[in-house]
Amino acid sequence: MGKAKTDKKSKEHDETRRDFLFLTAGAVGAIGTARALWPFIDSMNPAADTLALATTEVDVGAVQEGQAITIKWRGQPVFIRHRTKKEIEDAKAVDISGLRDKQDDSERVLEDKPQWLVMVGVCTHLGCVPLGQKEADSKGDFGGWFCPCHGSHYDTSGRIRKGPAPKNLTVPPFEFISDTTIKIG
Amino acid sequence: MGSGERIKFDNKVIDWVDERLPVFTLMSREYGSFPVPKNFNYFWNFGAIAMFMLVTMIITGVLLAMQYTPHADKAFDSIEHIMRNVNNGWALRNIHMNGASFFFIAVYIHIFRGMYYGSYKKPRELLWILGVIILFLMMATAFMGYTLPWSQMSGWGATVIAGFVTAIPFVGESMHTWLLGGFTVDNPTLNRFFALHFLLPFVICAVVFLHVWALHVTGSNNPTGIEPKGPQDTIPFHPYYTMKDVFGLTVFLGFFFGVAFFAPNLFAHADHFVPYDPMVTPPHIVPEWYFLPFYAILKAVDFNIGIPFTDMTIISSKLGGVLALVGSVGILAVLPWLDTHPVKSAKYRPLYRIALILLVLSLFVLGYVGSQLAVQPYVTLGKIATLYYFAFFLVIVPLLSRYEKPLRMPPSIHQAVLDSKKSKNAGEAK
Repeated sequence: MGKAKTDKKSKEHDETRRDFLFLTAGAVGAIGTARALWPFIDSMNPAADTLALATTEVDVGAVQEGQAITIKWRGQPVFIRHRTKKEIEDAKAVDISGLRDKQDDSERVLEDKPQWLVMVGVCTHLGCVPLGQKEADSKGDFGGWFCPCHGSHYDTSGRIRKGPAPKNLTVPPFEFISDTTIKIG
Repeated sequence: MGSGERIKFDNKVIDWVDERLPVFTLMSREYGSFPVPKNFNYFWNFGAIAMFMLVTMIITGVLLAMQYTPHADKAFDSIEHIMRNVNNGWALRNIHMNGASFFFIAVYIHIFRGMYYGSYKKPRELLWILGVIILFLMMATAFMGYTLPWSQMSGWGATVIAGFVTAIPFVGESMHTWLLGGFTVDNPTLNRFFALHFLLPFVICAVVFLHVWALHVTGSNNPTGIEPKGPQDTIPFHPYYTMKDVFGLTVFLGFFFGVAFFAPNLFAHADHFVPYDPMVTPPHIVPEWYFLPFYAILKAVDFNIGIPFTDMTIISSKLGGVLALVGSVGILAVLPWLDTHPVKSAKYRPLYRIALILLVLSLFVLGYVGSQLAVQPYVTLGKIATLYYFAFFLVIVPLLSRYEKPLRMPPSIHQAVLDSKKSKNAGEAK
């Protein structure tokens, strides 16, 4: 800036070189800053002890047909329902082309144990716990579950049928580790 | 600020300080002799009232934080401890809890004032946008504060509102887990909400400082919406408006303390007195009254928006609802560019005035709908009111700014004051 008259060529050369250094230094600085920030942001992710609660085992031997139990997994309620013959048939009879989240009942239960429906009991709308586990609860228009917060109705396969929720109730990874014991997670 | 001539003070100590850091010059210039339009009505009290409420919330809040325990197992009990054991804890808590409501009352009236008299228009656009930022910060602060008593309403309100981020495509789920510090609203969530609830009010203070700074650059609007043309249009802020603000504040505090001391649970909900149980959602969760209209807008979008005649969904009902909710507040920020009518005050814009009063009405309808279960006729009513709310900003206001013919306006504030005196005298003479 100080010297008014400089050779045009060398000026261009200088500026290109300077710009290059400026940009690369800036880029390295930006990446470095972002990398330095990450541990701070990551500190807000679930802590090790929260993640350690990732699996749970439950004995369902005492759950009679038509009954349901709610257990806790990762701090969330999990619904385990021992479905009746009629409930299974109702769930199978649904034409899935008309559903919002197209899933056949067979995709949501184990092949050899279709009577056991295991789902995370958290409405896929905004996270309330739907009603329908207790005898006296409202089960919604489709005999499954009903979310009291914003009126989502789920059927006997836990699929969304009516209301604002976008997805079916989530089926967590689970397996039978004995005839009557389920391992979730 | 900080520039221009320094005022000479008689007191030597004050003058010594002022010479090195001109805070006294600044105070005297910005709050003493500061020229303000002489025709303010009582709507102009609410900025000062809101400021007073902010300070009240911070003082009671810091004192409450000294007694409160932000842990999932102890938070609910520590509130009872404050109510029963702590000296005057009941008063601190009731003032803080109802203070939130009255802070919102003051701010909502303040916003209405801005909209009615066109205070958002040129040259005050940035001043207005800073106000919208303050509103967003207040909403975040109030929401997190409501979580701290760790009641059924706290926990499930937090669950629903934190659930908003799961509507964001692709990254929503992982952001949700990050925000909560777990898979559900639990102890980590309570801890961070407490930290943020403590932090945000000071951020609000910083933005309020900018808001007031911007106000002192452009000067205040007034009920005629005509800019002051000279000294005949203005009076000094002190003592005229300091007195008027003190009077308005006193009346306001009468209502505030009336509720805080004689009906402290007026705005509360029964489920706010039941400890949080992550396994059971209460049958009917509603937010605090000041969020009800926005909650109704969220609920009004219960349909997917997709490509017609196909199954393709562009915006799910969930994302749509959240966008509508955020948009309903955010749209205020662009109001200065939606309303380009040259006349500021609704006093001279009869059609805009009707549209604005209908907007207020629609907010009351939405507020009522928000407090009800999602059944008919509330669903339809909520949709109609939501439609009007957005139509006001996106259709009515742009059309009016093009076609509305204003009433005849006085040439200056001074003339407007003289005219109103004349018509008053004429009325008395009859």
